[in-house]
Amino acid sequence: MFEISEINKRNQKTQKLFQILFMMMTVLLIMPVVAILGMLIYKGGSIISVDFLFSNPTNGMTAGGIFPAIFGTVWLVAVALLVSVPIGVAAAIYLSEYAPDNWLTRIINLAIINLAGVPSIVHALFGVGAFVIFFGFGTSILAASLTLAIMTLPVVIVASRESLQAVPLAFRMACWNMGATRWQTIRRVVLPNAVSGILTGVILEVSRTTGETAPIMFTGAAFFLPFLPQSVFDQTMALSLHLFVVSTQVPGVPEDLPYGVALVLIAMVLIMNSLSIAFRMYLRGKKKW
Amino acid sequence: MNQASHNVAQKSTDKYAIHTTNLNLWYGTFQALFNVNLNIKDGIITSLIGPSGCGKSTFLRSVNRINERLGYVRIDGSIDVRGQNIYAKNVEILQVRKQIGMVFQRPNPLPISVRENILFGHKIHRSGKVSSRSEQDDIVESALRTVLLWDKVKDQLDRKATELSLEEQQKLCIARLLPVKPSILLMDEPCSALDPKGTEAVEELIWELRGDYTILIVTHNMAQARRASEECIFMLMGKVIEHTATEDMFVTPKNSETADYIEGRYG
Ligand SMILES: Nc1ncnc2c1ncn2[C@@H]1O[C@H](COP(=O)(O)OP(=O)(O)OP(=O)(O)O)[C@@H](O)[C@H]1O
Ligand SMILES: [Mg+2]
Repeated sequence: MFEISEINKRNQKTQKLFQILFMMMTVLLIMPVVAILGMLIYKGGSIISVDFLFSNPTNGMTAGGIFPAIFGTVWLVAVALLVSVPIGVAAAIYLSEYAPDNWLTRIINLAIINLAGVPSIVHALFGVGAFVIFFGFGTSILAASLTLAIMTLPVVIVASRESLQAVPLAFRMACWNMGATRWQTIRRVVLPNAVSGILTGVILEVSRTTGETAPIMFTGAAFFLPFLPQSVFDQTMALSLHLFVVSTQVPGVPEDLPYGVALVLIAMVLIMNSLSIAFRMYLRGKKKW
Repeated sequence: MNQASHNVAQKSTDKYAIHTTNLNLWYGTFQALFNVNLNIKDGIITSLIGPSGCGKSTFLRSVNRINERLGYVRIDGSIDVRGQNIYAKNVEILQVRKQIGMVFQRPNPLPISVRENILFGHKIHRSGKVSSRSEQDDIVESALRTVLLWDKVKDQLDRKATELSLEEQQKLCIARLLPVKPSILLMDEPCSALDPKGTEAVEELIWELRGDYTILIVTHNMAQARRASEECIFMLMGKVIEHTATEDMFVTPKNSETADYIEGRYG
């Protein structure tokens, strides 16, 4: 009565087959990551040293370090976030907590989706037109960061809105029923519970922004600068652009230099991502609904 | 008794905690309440029974104006709370919600500590000055004592409220309404997520609160309505069919539909 039948056997075989298939697909997925990292470490690992990280490029960028580029990237990303996070989170709060369901809201949502789909080179051209020329910031950290900010804005908004909406309605109900205003509800209950999701979105955006080249190329990043930027109105070097330059634009660069730059860039991104994952796990562990 | 101010002109309806006149309510084009005329007495427990979808929750939610958050709700007629129309132009909705507390079917404590849950209402309504620690301690203790929860949670006030048992959570949800001194408590099936023991405990608590608060409680449990209320309202398809003393309703219902429902011939 309970013995295995022919049909059972056949079904189990099929099930096993698919399980293996899916697992192989998953393993396939991590291969490029491993391959890229392996190659970078193999070819560029030897050049990495304290000196490489903390000194200026020399000999027409064929030797020396990459400190100005690292420094510039940090600056560009930081200023971009300083602009996009407050605006993005505020917009997300409005859309999730206040906005009535009408044509204006729908147009705004549509605009956000479309903004997310705009290619980065188009953002770059917009940045040149708007910030470099129209607002007269010139090619500067400010113009480049604002361009990056506009590019990251849709993702910040969408990620924040999603984490706000994940906060159960029952919590809001509880607050409203005690006579809390919408703002009190947001401030005391909704935001504290959404902050882990918002931060995760923001940190992931950091890692994406770090690698962008096109938007900063015409707006504020320079091929080579012998000094560090003094204010947001100066140009700066940046890792991503530097990688492009030493890979394709300068003759006589030793082979391990571009790989070393790429390794530093990827390491920065990976460190950011790991931090974000660790942080999310920490906050998730604290949160219990 | 309670703190409601009685400075409005005395009308004959003032002795009622809640008095509705020709209350109609629509969700969009769907009419959920039809000409509801009710006089709910002060300081007693009134239960609200009727088959699923008859508009019990809708009525409850219109008494503290929480329905309006939906945006597509339209109301016609009036609800007077202690002689004052809460749908009048000059009424501040936040004051209405403060005066009229609500408890839900599913306990919904906020995901913060027990202590902070109790102080939440107090903190959002305080005027400017921050209350001292000892003042806050008093508020927490007295609210928790009122709901018979103090002895159980006095050593875990900093524990997350969402980790308590459902029964304790529901009691906490009642307790957190008290510091802002409401006069009316609306309860929408407050025991239906609880086990029999929890149900009994919460019922007992509700009975204790009688007199200090006017309580309007929705229930699907006939035995509970009979045990735990003094007056009973039977609703059917958005209309009030019968409203009398609970005992009378269960012993000699005037209306045949009421009788059918009580004897279990409806859903
Ligand atoms: N938010 C809403 N939007 C539209 N229609 C609603 C909404 N809430 C309730 N209704 C409708 O109004 C009617 C009354 O619903 P209500 O929730 O008040 O019934 P109830 O008596 O509380 O039922 P139950 O015993 O199942 O809780 C139902 O027909 C329901 O479908
Ligand atoms: Mg209901």
